[in-house]
Amino acid sequence: MINVTMTVNGREMTGEVEARTLLVQFLRDHLRLTGTHVGCDTTQCGCCIVHVDGKAMKSCTMLAVQAQGKAITTIEGLAAKDGTLHPMQQAFRDNHALQCGYCTPGMVMMGIDIARRLPDADEATIRHQLEGNICRCTGYQGIVEAIKSASAVLNGKQEGGSHA
Amino acid sequence: MHNFNYHLAADVQDAVAKLSKSEDGKIISGGMTLLPTLKNRLSAPSDLIDLGNIDALRGVVVSKTEVTIKGMTCHADVAANADLQRVLPALANLAGIIGDPAVRHRGTIGGSVANADPAADYPAAVVGLDGVVETNQRRINGDDFFISLFETALEPNEVITAVHFKVPDAAHYMKFRHPASGYAVVGVMVARYGKKVRVAVTGAGPNVFRVPAMEAALEQNFAPEAIANVAVDADDLLGDMHCSAEYRAHMVGVYARRAVAAIVG
Ligand SMILES: Cc1cc2nc3c(=O)[nH]c(=O)nc-3n(C[C@H](O)[C@H](O)[C@H](O)COP(=O)(O)OP(=O)(O)OC[C@H]3O[C@@H](n4cnc5c(N)ncnc54)[C@H](O)[C@@H]3O)c2cc1C
Ligand code: FES
Ligand code: FES
Repeated sequence: MINVTMTVNGREMTGEVEARTLLVQFLRDHLRLTGTHVGCDTTQCGCCIVHVDGKAMKSCTMLAVQAQGKAITTIEGLAAKDGTLHPMQQAFRDNHALQCGYCTPGMVMMGIDIARRLPDADEATIRHQLEGNICRCTGYQGIVEAIKSASAVLNGKQEGGSHA
Repeated sequence: MHNFNYHLAADVQDAVAKLSKSEDGKIISGGMTLLPTLKNRLSAPSDLIDLGNIDALRGVVVSKTEVTIKGMTCHADVAANADLQRVLPALANLAGIIGDPAVRHRGTIGGSVANADPAADYPAAVVGLDGVVETNQRRINGDDFFISLFETALEPNEVITAVHFKVPDAAHYMKFRHPASGYAVVGVMVARYGKKVRVAVTGAGPNVFRVPAMEAALEQNFAPEAIANVAVDADDLLGDMHCSAEYRAHMVGVYARRAVAAIVG
């Protein structure tokens, strides 16, 4: 067994893992952070996306030992302590960007990554950027709208969400 | 996934030493190909030697004549490199359409080139941009590097440290992207170096190949119509559930012409 330590949602976490333990297994099974989902075994669906040192990565295709010393943010780490949703989460809610919700954690984490990297992304760009996130329910329309509107908020181009 | 011993290499020398000492060890770079393979139990190495902590293996160096991408540089960093976008945009753009953004944050050029997937994008650049693959032991010409399906000139304990590309006068990579996987159904890199032209094709055959008849025709007349009648033989190409070898052969012509058209504007 190998000892790993990483910062998860701002807190230092330590655990004993096998070399083959995936980061997503460490998050879900060891830390009980079950918001990060697993939807495939081919690295294609994006349900498992978390931020590793601020970048969107597929936690199903990374070993827990490879996250040693890194800062991980999962869907559980986004909302404020008082429960106020992150602007990306709020935008998903406002834009009906989810139905069953299975893909949503990965979509939200990728949405934030897109907003950071491409503040001026138009609809076509956002659709291309979602090539590694699969949704079997919504048809993507609401997801794309949510990312577009949250990106405007996060990049200071628009005041708050429509919900207020 | 079967279990294995995990080692974090301190530098390239250390990685090579650990690799030689292991029973059946493998390098892990981005893990974007290796981990899915292990998850499917298609491979069960005794040891994984991780290059992830070797910062000296990351970076893009751009001069007027040559571009060097170090082995562990991820696709996202290649795509976003401002110097590269200026000097050799065809290469930055190629890296920017590999897989998806999360794959590009981890997958590396060293891993992609070493893996030699017949549908991978980088091989078209290594051959089309007159590349050289540098390892801990030697420099291998791009034209001699790819041997066959998933087979390269690499020796068992050889580690790719960098890939060098010659800066062309003009180049363009045109890819028919598989809508589900993102890999190239057909990908064509066309590059012009003075009077010389290189046409390298990935996705269509068991490994990347050049099309000498197209190169000769384009050296006479660098225009899409110059290669309109150059047929590509389907006999050596791949046919699978996605499309036939004949379709791929036809698409090589279509994508080569589009790449030339993009260059001449
Ligand atoms: C969903 C998905 C979509 C993808 N789409 C595309 C696509 O559109 N186009 C494309 O080209 N690729 C695509 N890929 C593959 C991706 O580009 C991988 O990053 C790449 O093929 C392997 O790089 P890696 O760094 O992840 O290597 P790894 O998976 O770590 O290693 C792959 C192989 O190379 C060996 N290796 C790794 N590094 C070195 C080195 N420095 N020296 C010697 N041997 C080494 C390993 O031992 C292993 O055998 C996709 C992958 C996924 C999961
Ligand atoms: S579970 Fe990670 S990509 Fe599908
Ligand atoms: S909301 Fe059901 S998979 Fe996306």
